[in-house]
Amino acid sequence: MSVLRCFSFSRGALWCVTRPHLQECTPTSRRLLSAMTQVVPPILSVTPCRALVDEKFKVLVENLPPGCPVTVRSLHHSEDKDDWEAYGHYVSDHSGVVSVSEDLSYGGTYTGKEPMGLLWSMRPVPGSRPGLRLRKMNVCTPMLVTISVHSGHEGFRDQAPLASVLTERWYMAPGIRRININEQGVQGTLFIPPGPGPFPGLLDMWGGGGGLLESRAALLASHGYVSLALDYLGFDQESENLEFKYFETAFNIIKDHPQVMPDRVGIFGLSLGSLVAVTLAAYSTIVKPCCIVCISCNHYYPARGSTVTSKFEGVTRQLSKARVNEDNQVIWKDVALEFITDPSNIAEVGRINCPTLLVNGCDDQNWPTVETAEDVARLMREAGKEHLLSRLAYPDTGHLIEPPFSPHFRATTFVMRSSKEKVILLWGGQTKPHSDAQEDSWRKILSFLQFHLYCGPNLKAKI
Amino acid sequence: MDRKQCCVKLSVQPSRGLMDEKFIVLVQNALPGSQLTIRALHQCEDGHSWEAFGHYTADTTGTIDVSEDPSIRGTYSGVEQMGLLWSLRPIPGSKPGLRMRKKNIQTPMEVTISVYQGHQTEGFADLVPLSGVVVERWYMAPGVRRIPVTEGGLTATLFLPSGPGPFPGLLDLWGGGGQLVEYRAALLASHGFASMAIDYLTSKFTMETGKMVDNQYFETAYRVLQQHPQVCGSKIAMIGLSFGTSMTLKMAIYSEVIKLSAAVCISGSHVQPVEGSVEEIMGFFQKNAGKTRFNEKNEAIWRDLLLPIPTDPSLKADVGRLQCPLLLVVGEDDQNWPAQESALDIKEMMARAGNSHLLTVLSYPNAGHLIEPPYTPHARSSTFKTVEIQEKVMCLWGGQTVEHSRAQEDAWKKILVFLRENLYGGRNPTSFSHL
Repeated sequence: MSVLRCFSFSRGALWCVTRPHLQECTPTSRRLLSAMTQVVPPILSVTPCRALVDEKFKVLVENLPPGCPVTVRSLHHSEDKDDWEAYGHYVSDHSGVVSVSEDLSYGGTYTGKEPMGLLWSMRPVPGSRPGLRLRKMNVCTPMLVTISVHSGHEGFRDQAPLASVLTERWYMAPGIRRININEQGVQGTLFIPPGPGPFPGLLDMWGGGGGLLESRAALLASHGYVSLALDYLGFDQESENLEFKYFETAFNIIKDHPQVMPDRVGIFGLSLGSLVAVTLAAYSTIVKPCCIVCISCNHYYPARGSTVTSKFEGVTRQLSKARVNEDNQVIWKDVALEFITDPSNIAEVGRINCPTLLVNGCDDQNWPTVETAEDVARLMREAGKEHLLSRLAYPDTGHLIEPPFSPHFRATTFVMRSSKEKVILLWGGQTKPHSDAQEDSWRKILSFLQFHLYCGPNLKAKI
Repeated sequence: MDRKQCCVKLSVQPSRGLMDEKFIVLVQNALPGSQLTIRALHQCEDGHSWEAFGHYTADTTGTIDVSEDPSIRGTYSGVEQMGLLWSLRPIPGSKPGLRMRKKNIQTPMEVTISVYQGHQTEGFADLVPLSGVVVERWYMAPGVRRIPVTEGGLTATLFLPSGPGPFPGLLDLWGGGGQLVEYRAALLASHGFASMAIDYLTSKFTMETGKMVDNQYFETAYRVLQQHPQVCGSKIAMIGLSFGTSMTLKMAIYSEVIKLSAAVCISGSHVQPVEGSVEEIMGFFQKNAGKTRFNEKNEAIWRDLLLPIPTDPSLKADVGRLQCPLLLVVGEDDQNWPAQESALDIKEMMARAGNSHLLTVLSYPNAGHLIEPPYTPHARSSTFKTVEIQEKVMCLWGGQTVEHSRAQEDAWKKILVFLRENLYGGRNPTSFSHL
């Protein structure tokens, strides 16, 4: 006879659920066990079961005994084969219900009333490699998250879950077309929303980590923008007076697309990507972005004429002097602050002529984005462009401000481009405020883009 | 005032939903007061195109919310949040007698929802919409496992909810058309029931031997389900529609092996030769085929075949002997089976026997025979071939589209609550509130 696992709830053990080890069951014992299994488990539901990554869900547990302590847990097996989890400790109400949207979590990776805590508070399971960062590289498939409910609070992982459901989190809405771009020397991925268009466009760039991250561009397309995720680090070629050629070509690929409104193309950049955004907006004579969004803005531009890549490599060489904290995490912010104090090293942001949204975290340890934002504001004010600028600054928030419900990474492994050295970079931020910032900023970014790229002054004038 | 609007934004939330979930269709950024048409287009597996549309007027903020604003006219009118789905009908020029049924439930139903300038009623294929989105509608929730079952000579498919279980079980039967119809079982598994869709009329056994299955076939299905390590063997229910009702009642009342916790009978009857085999019961109906009537459109009406409800007890399943709760779902305009008359007789028999506390009847005025999961387009008639009759007939199912669609929505919710109460031990379920 196979071994039975028998567990009861720690309070008022009215319930006992037996669960066989399936592998050890013979057909006879399986029949016996099935007959013995008299009581059905709690009912767990996640609504909607398929959603975009920036949409909320409702996690509900029903059919529990009243006043029953349970743990609700999320588990995700990443593309890099690491396991990420989050969990909250709850107690069911008199009708045997736990509602993650309504009830308080008493402990776990998040506390309090947090409908989406099971996603944003995810971190690698104990025993994982250090310095991990969660990024979905293949956006054509959803992120799969298993939500489960376990008996008790302490030691909840020791037992099999009482119930579990699988939920899908998508970067791409149905009907979006994903097109590899490899033309005129430009490398990237274009996402086109369904429908006839024409649509506004966005040039989307991540930071100095390099590679091609498509997640945000796919999500922006799901909100109605033709978005080009641009792979630029190492692709922009050295060329006098043609420092922006790569980016201008990329911008025009979007602008000239038959389904794009040519006067409604904006730029969206994070970190080094935001440097591209501000310099294109300030200096380019070829392209005129309709608006720009700069997350964790960087305006360090020591010499005109050289490419962004070479500038970045120069910067990282200088950052080798950066401080390392007691956890062996590298802090670039303080050294970088010295770079930007020299006004000749700063992009002339006063030349920007389009609406600009700056988003930064006040606990950014990677780049002095607080000081940068202040500086940009000052320079634009002095140039009479203050009316174009909007700023969002979030306390206790770090450098990597991503779409909502993405886990927070305070420090992750980073490969230095030139030396190939692996370091742990400190990005900053505390998980709860950082996650609140991601949710709030995304809503405001979408509203900013909607206003400038969808509703813009031109349309109103037609009425 | 026909200048093309640009930048009209259309969104549908959720963009990927289960077949029984509601969605919100929102148009924003339109010119205030402008006339717009919202249209749904779906190409089914057979290649036929289906469409639905509503005429709207944008409010002063340039917004239309289909869940709150009325459609002035179209394939539906009034405030109809899901009208774009349940009022889908074949595009003009299509073959008559079509019915929408999804065979492959591992892929979603894809619907393109678009918004057009003006109040359009036809020629959509030649118009360019202002905006369009694609919506997926799924019968299977993520993690639901589809397991073909051939054990014991069965032709069946088991759908297991995600998670360790154990789950209550459900045997799912359709009607006289036969085939292995999976979509309702897949959807029920998405709600936590281990559901087995069974082909009992055109099974591999029947196709190979020419013989109909016997009572043991259903008992085998019950046993296979009961013995599954992830099924709670003492909590199994049966759901049947049309001829599937006859089988359900037969098993619920007379089988020594099958012990049901609950039974759901949709659009069916208890009239059958008691202790008859599947073949004999079919034969009994065939004997009365002469009572078939035809309406002015030459559509076959079969409801009289079992009328009048016999008084002879050997011709009615003895519902007085039922020991489990029974939910009857009846369309009062059912032209295919005398479901309403049967329900009344069942009620009387159970009252006399003293077990009417087990009975719940849901009776819907102007609903027809094919009471399907919500938002399934209503087919008042369609071409049909039973396993007995070899040629296709245009069969009148009955029902008026609006009332029939409301009935489907209401009945489904109540079926889920009934199954939850009887199989999970009913506390007031909150998780169906979004349906």
